[in-house]
Amino acid sequence: MTATLPPETGAVGGRAEMPLAPSRPVLAHDWRRLVRMGAVGAFAQIFIALSNMPVRLDERVVVKPVLSLGYLTLLMVPFAAGYRVGHQIKREGMPQYAAGAHEVAGGAACGALAGGGLSLLAVLLANFDLREPLVNWSPMLAELLAFGRATWFAVVVWLLIGAAIGAAGGILRTLGPRTRRAVVTMVLAVAGAAVMEPLVVDLAEGMRLEGLTDRLYARRGGVNWTSALGIAAASGVLAVLGRGRIRQARDHIASLEGAKRNRANFGLIVLTGAALIILPLFAGKLTNELLANVGLFVLLALGLNVVVGLAGILDLGYVAFFAVGSYSAAVLTAATSPRINPEMPWLVALIVVVVITGLVGLFIGAPVIRMRGDYLAIVTLGFGEIIRLLFLSDWLSGWFGGAQGITKIPGAGIFGLTSVAGTDPRRVFYLVLAFCAIAIYVSWRLERSRLGRAWMAVREDETVAEAMGINTVNVKLLAFVVGAILGSFSGAIFSAKVGSVFPNSFLILVSIVILVVVIFGGMGSIVGVIAGSAVLIGVLGGPKQPGLLAEFSEFKLLIYGALLIWMMLARPEGLIPSVRRSRELHQEEMAQDAWLRGQVEDDDGSGTQAAPLT
Amino acid sequence: MIRTGGPRRGAPRTGVDRFLTFMRVAILTLVAVGILAFVWQEIDTDNPFARWANPDATGLTGAQFRGLIISGVAQGCMYGLIALGYSMVYGVLGFINFAHGEVFMVGAMTGMITSNKLADAGLWESNFIGSLIFIVIVSMIVCTLVAVIMERVAYRPLRGSPRLIPLITSIGVSFFIQNASIVLLGPAAKAYPDVPDWVKDKHTFIQIEGSRILVVVVAAVSMGVLWYLVEHTRGGKAMRAVAEDAEIAALMGINVNRTIVKVFAVGGAMAGLAGILWGILFRSVIHTTGFLPGIKAFSAAVVGGIGHLGGAMAGGLSIGVAESVGPLLILEPLGVSGVSQLRDAVAFAVLIGVLLLRPAGIFGERLPAEDRA
Repeated sequence: MTATLPPETGAVGGRAEMPLAPSRPVLAHDWRRLVRMGAVGAFAQIFIALSNMPVRLDERVVVKPVLSLGYLTLLMVPFAAGYRVGHQIKREGMPQYAAGAHEVAGGAACGALAGGGLSLLAVLLANFDLREPLVNWSPMLAELLAFGRATWFAVVVWLLIGAAIGAAGGILRTLGPRTRRAVVTMVLAVAGAAVMEPLVVDLAEGMRLEGLTDRLYARRGGVNWTSALGIAAASGVLAVLGRGRIRQARDHIASLEGAKRNRANFGLIVLTGAALIILPLFAGKLTNELLANVGLFVLLALGLNVVVGLAGILDLGYVAFFAVGSYSAAVLTAATSPRINPEMPWLVALIVVVVITGLVGLFIGAPVIRMRGDYLAIVTLGFGEIIRLLFLSDWLSGWFGGAQGITKIPGAGIFGLTSVAGTDPRRVFYLVLAFCAIAIYVSWRLERSRLGRAWMAVREDETVAEAMGINTVNVKLLAFVVGAILGSFSGAIFSAKVGSVFPNSFLILVSIVILVVVIFGGMGSIVGVIAGSAVLIGVLGGPKQPGLLAEFSEFKLLIYGALLIWMMLARPEGLIPSVRRSRELHQEEMAQDAWLRGQVEDDDGSGTQAAPLT
Repeated sequence: MIRTGGPRRGAPRTGVDRFLTFMRVAILTLVAVGILAFVWQEIDTDNPFARWANPDATGLTGAQFRGLIISGVAQGCMYGLIALGYSMVYGVLGFINFAHGEVFMVGAMTGMITSNKLADAGLWESNFIGSLIFIVIVSMIVCTLVAVIMERVAYRPLRGSPRLIPLITSIGVSFFIQNASIVLLGPAAKAYPDVPDWVKDKHTFIQIEGSRILVVVVAAVSMGVLWYLVEHTRGGKAMRAVAEDAEIAALMGINVNRTIVKVFAVGGAMAGLAGILWGILFRSVIHTTGFLPGIKAFSAAVVGGIGHLGGAMAGGLSIGVAESVGPLLILEPLGVSGVSQLRDAVAFAVLIGVLLLRPAGIFGERLPAEDRA
């Protein structure tokens, strides 16, 4: 018998939804899972509390009299636990239950367990002194946990708060998808308004709108609770009204044909570009500095994206090219460089820098390119560290200044017309913007070129790519060199911006941060990479550059690490994935879906129809 | 048929190949010239060849040379113990557990905390050997737990995903543990309590520091125990079977998941032990302690042939000796100044050199089935 199912085109999630069964009884929980989740939550709570995040972030107010960032970090875990515990794993043929009182009760129980972690910590803090190894075991933490009262108060309050927040997480699950989206948008809008505070204040000053910010934000920081309600209401209304509009618009653009689509995309790009050119004119020093930093990391991330995202080579020593770019630009332009100081104009130097970095890319790339992916990662890491150690060493200090580095680097002059020095972040931003535009154009064209397709073929299966006649070695080496050159741009700008280079600016952790940015945004997706750097570098900050949440500077690397793990586990294709890449990562699931739908792929890939299994 | 001296295996010879050959020759020449110059300088201080690049080269006295080798061996033993973890995990799962160096750091930190507590209680001075055994046990337990949790949380969900995914995850784990150590324990370097004189000072008769002897003995004993565990127990047999082919092992009734957990546990315990050895050798620990020894231990695992237990130990010894002797032996006669700053660079260079010259390591690799193809 042949199948009667029509061939479905939707790739994932195309399976038919089973009707929902009625809600489960309130107390019929998978208790083991609930307790395990609660215990993990409690552990996370204790970790967060002992990491000093609550105490350190207590200064930064989110909503004026009610909530500080410090308490927010403690409330997130019970909420997540409460929401997560009601999650039903979809299994084919198993009934799906409607969410109801059961989820709320489960969330409350789980949240109470997680909050109980803090109760336990409060008791321990009162009775033991572990200050010796744990630096944050302080009376301040105890006071914060107990809201300045007795220990028993802390115990009871955190159990109750945990239960309440967990129940809120459960309630979020019972809401219909539409309401849920509105609620999430409201919360995100308020949080966004609080995070963006320095930016908004800065911009409003430039546009002479101080009246607005005075109304929006309290004097010592934080959104006024009245304006918070206003923002929430407005965004909620917008979310309900605008539901699906954005998606519609995107689908509409995607459905357009050839020239029309290009025109629409071009319009979008021009609009964004114009906004980015006009915005800094109104912005103060802080915003421009932030924008310049973000731009610098966009540039770095785009370069790494060519190597990791397109060609699939995990280069952990990417900072080496950044370092070589910075140092060679410094040596070529600065009068103070120890051995050679030709004092070239910046643009001329840039050409030499590109040549030098390209050669270094070839030199590093050639020996590693034949290695297996994981060996290659470690060896590039080694090269990154060797290059830093060489710049640092006494041996080459006659050339590069050793630990003292090279200082008094002149700014970047363009055709002798203007000079871009670090003192003027606005000009630096424009310079970075110009190079970002070049890098975006280059990677966009490369992605669609013969070379780009060859990279993707190599990424997906090297053996097959070789069999298709691609010279894998040369192609991979080219990826390395292109990445190196893009990295050298940001290096050259960096040295002109900061005015000095030191070996310590090029630690391995810079490579890791760039890697996190690329992975968070979406490997191989240009928009994703830009969004990733804007969100991560803009909000949390780079390895040494502060972001919007400057209070986070102690914790941002911790968060980067956690984020990297979480992204790999939950969403390896990144925030805004490239279509091809996510297909590659979810190949197996998609094959299974196809199988369940009754479409069995033959070896030659021509989907033939088989009888559904029933 | 007449064979011309063309490329082997029929592959076309490209520019990259020529470059690689050039690099291989260059590395070997550099090493050979450096060693020759050094040896000549030892034999005849005034000959021009030895002074050709570095007129100030002083050479080494016999005692200095011996001291360098011994410190290299002691550190090498430590690297070898860490390398076992890399090697075993690679053998079983086929990926580099980048965070293993961090497990070692956790071991050193645990040792620091416990030994300081013991010192406060006065036990450290009164019963040094007893407290040492105690901190070793505590640190091994903690590290085993860390390694097992790591496997459960970060790696098990990723089994069967593309190769680079677990590697990237392990970089994240490593970054997380390092920074967790900063926020929990503070960013400053922390000291171990003072050790008795017989550990600190050179032995009167054999002129070697007690700590170095201790490290070598402990490493040798634990290596022996591990060899027995892997080669002569049921659990070890299961590990070898899973390393050989996980699917077939599962068909033979071996619980693959449990075996993998055991591998992580054993690797973690060894890293914990190595952490204590680090504490005894250097008596100071900081959150970055795990990074460089981790990379060097990985190099050791590669040098010895990854997946090979004895190889890991041998690789550890060679990396340890190379990084301690190499700069003075090879770089100084070549006219590089300030060579001791470059010892970490030398360790990386050894890794790169080995992968260039003999990627399968000294003893050859033992790889899981899917990697051999």
